[in-house]
Amino acid sequence: MSATSATAHAHVEHHELGFLRTYVFSTDHKMIGRQFLFLGLLMMILGGALALVVRWQLAWPETPVPGLGLILRETGGILEPSTYNMAFTMHATIMIFFVVMPILAGGFGNFLIPLMIGARDMAFPFLNMLSFWVAVVAGILMLAGFFVEGGHAAAGWTSYAPLAAVPEYTGVNWGQNLWCISLFILGVSSMMGSINYITTIINMRAPGMKLFRMPLVIWSLFITAVLLLLALPVLTSGVAMLLFDRWLGTSWFRPSGGGEPLLWQHLFWYFGHPEVYILILPAMGIGSEILPVFARKPIFGYHAMAFSMIAIAFLSWIVYGHHMFVSGMNPALGMAFTVTTMIIAVPSAIKTFNWLGTLWGGRIRLTVPMLNALAFVSMFVIGGLSGIFMASTPVDIYIQDTYYIVAHIHYVVFGGSIFGAFAGIYYWFPKMFGRMTSPVLGQLHFWPTFFFFNLTFFPMHILGVGGHMRRIYNPMQYEFLQPLQWWNVLITIGAIGLGIAQIPFVINFFWSLFAGRKAPVNPWNATTLEWTAPSPPPHLNWGPTLPTVYRGPYEYSAPESTDDFLPQTTPPVARAGARRH
Amino acid sequence: MLDWWLPENVSTYGKDIDRLFHLIYYITGATLVLVTVVLVAFLWVYRDRPGRRARYTHGSTPLEIVWTVVPALILVLLTMLSVPAWSKIKMTQPDTDFIVQVTAKQFNWQFTYPGPDGRFGTADDTTLLDEMHVPVNKVVRVLLRSQDVIHSFFVPQFRMKQDTVPGREIPQWFEATKPGKYELPCAELCGFGHSGMRAWIYVHTPEEYAAWAAATLTAKASTAGDEKKGEPEREEKTKR
Repeated sequence: MSATSATAHAHVEHHELGFLRTYVFSTDHKMIGRQFLFLGLLMMILGGALALVVRWQLAWPETPVPGLGLILRETGGILEPSTYNMAFTMHATIMIFFVVMPILAGGFGNFLIPLMIGARDMAFPFLNMLSFWVAVVAGILMLAGFFVEGGHAAAGWTSYAPLAAVPEYTGVNWGQNLWCISLFILGVSSMMGSINYITTIINMRAPGMKLFRMPLVIWSLFITAVLLLLALPVLTSGVAMLLFDRWLGTSWFRPSGGGEPLLWQHLFWYFGHPEVYILILPAMGIGSEILPVFARKPIFGYHAMAFSMIAIAFLSWIVYGHHMFVSGMNPALGMAFTVTTMIIAVPSAIKTFNWLGTLWGGRIRLTVPMLNALAFVSMFVIGGLSGIFMASTPVDIYIQDTYYIVAHIHYVVFGGSIFGAFAGIYYWFPKMFGRMTSPVLGQLHFWPTFFFFNLTFFPMHILGVGGHMRRIYNPMQYEFLQPLQWWNVLITIGAIGLGIAQIPFVINFFWSLFAGRKAPVNPWNATTLEWTAPSPPPHLNWGPTLPTVYRGPYEYSAPESTDDFLPQTTPPVARAGARRH
Repeated sequence: MLDWWLPENVSTYGKDIDRLFHLIYYITGATLVLVTVVLVAFLWVYRDRPGRRARYTHGSTPLEIVWTVVPALILVLLTMLSVPAWSKIKMTQPDTDFIVQVTAKQFNWQFTYPGPDGRFGTADDTTLLDEMHVPVNKVVRVLLRSQDVIHSFFVPQFRMKQDTVPGREIPQWFEATKPGKYELPCAELCGFGHSGMRAWIYVHTPEEYAAWAAATLTAKASTAGDEKKGEPEREEKTKR
């Protein structure tokens, strides 16, 4: 760490950069973080619109989707089965790879890591910039797929072979190719980002910032980066093999040439399950950051929180087979994956109870970031508990590939990751943009979102238990699903409400960006390092001297302070040796 | 209590699945209520009030041990209860002389009955499209295959699901307990016609089944036998 501060001092003299170097090809971690945030929020509009198109079709099958007539002129806005398959495939692809990952790992990872460990920038600022622009290239290629002949990929975001490996099976040619190429390039971007995060956290912490004095959000991003580094290359090679099957006539996944369709599933889920934790761990970190601040209490069981995330990351490699219980994989292997899947629920339970422990005896203020963080905790609980059904192999036989799975994934990725992202945006907005958001608009965003989220996704459990398959175009084609159709209508009404509920967020975001109240240095009276830098922090974050860390990150309501918080930078007074951190 | 949402179960092992489902439902339901009530109670009881200071504590090792060990024990219990049912449904094949070959393709189910000679690939085979007939209370083995992409053999009322994988033959079994007509949708996305890829399974009483078999399978076999002597085209593996 001493070497780090020496190099940082060498860089500290400030020079003016032009518009292009400040806002576009910036190497400043804060600007790159904002760029990733904007990329994610922009793509969320497209991902959300696709979801509404899917929902419309399911509630009122084969009727014109309002507004879609402008794009689908031949059908007058009525979705055809192939277009429907494309819509849900791209909804998931965009939401996972271009919304949640850029916002949580890209946006918060870049913005927070140097600021919260007391570094002036990332270890490799140029690589960092490259990582963002490579992701933009991947995004452009992914969007280009909508305009090619045959339409975009339509084999599901999981792109199971041989459906995705042979163009004739879906009728999609370049769409699926671009899907593969885009994800390949995005894999390269993720690798650059994750190497950067890991190096920065290991080498560039401020004096006194021991590993176990790091805020939990930094722990979560560190662990996420390790997962990204190890998991994404598996997908990257998988999509390359898929493309070779499509283009070069190889037969990795095509049985006609001696290939094995299940190989794709093994590769995909070996990436795909750690991916789920890549999406949720940063949200867990954000929740762990915000609950102590607004409960004015230290986090309950700091070490257990850090170790449970490490345990989740480790176990995430050996649970992936639970996606394949009925795939034709050896059923004896399924039994082994049941055991590991049940075990991974334990660290999640520890985290939940520790969050409750953090609230116990606190002085709770229900600010907008706090409300979103609490929504994250309570919705993650539902998503976690519904996962136990799938861990039990016999029950999974029935609910596999039904709406129960769709409900589960949305409670984890929307209820967990997106509420976590909203919490983080409201909490760090003052630091990111130097202005406060409007609490009134924030409440107006939170309550309808929370209500309509549950109206949309909770009934999906009931549909799933009724046997409703996922990815079907028209539920009315099945006699056993016809009595359940009114749930589909209710869900779609919920989804439309959920879409409308995002309008106050957009207004709040842009209004606050330009006209919000100027943010003080530390508006929430928080203890971590980013709140010692100006809002927004200048290039290189702090003045000539870097902060020095004397204590753990969550010293709220400590008896020796007259205020109710002790920033990490406050030097210890007389009897400091007695403290644990 | 929850029968209004799980479809009626009409298979022997469906009971085991439903029992586990309900057990997990009650455990997770109780946990959800507990966590939510505690959360909301804390938000009310510990709301910010003037003159009150938050409790300064970094955790409690005994408490943390309790909420690690208790969930772990419950999950071990659920694992132990899951194993026998899984092993019964997927890892064993009960003996039976009723075997049907099921071949999925975009976007139909084909059912091949071996005919009186009991062998597949002979001239007396009968292939039906999108309909399957079986007797009640009899173990039926299906040999699942696919001609093109992955499909999934899903019968909600039987609590049965198994993907069909091209290049493989996967044996599965069921025993229906109630005569009737049941839907067999494809549960794995298989292309633009995935939705609507559906067959019917007719579960007959033994007498009804015998009549149907005589009319369909045997009649077909006798006409086929006249045209071509029952020469096996190739030996089919029916057991693994």
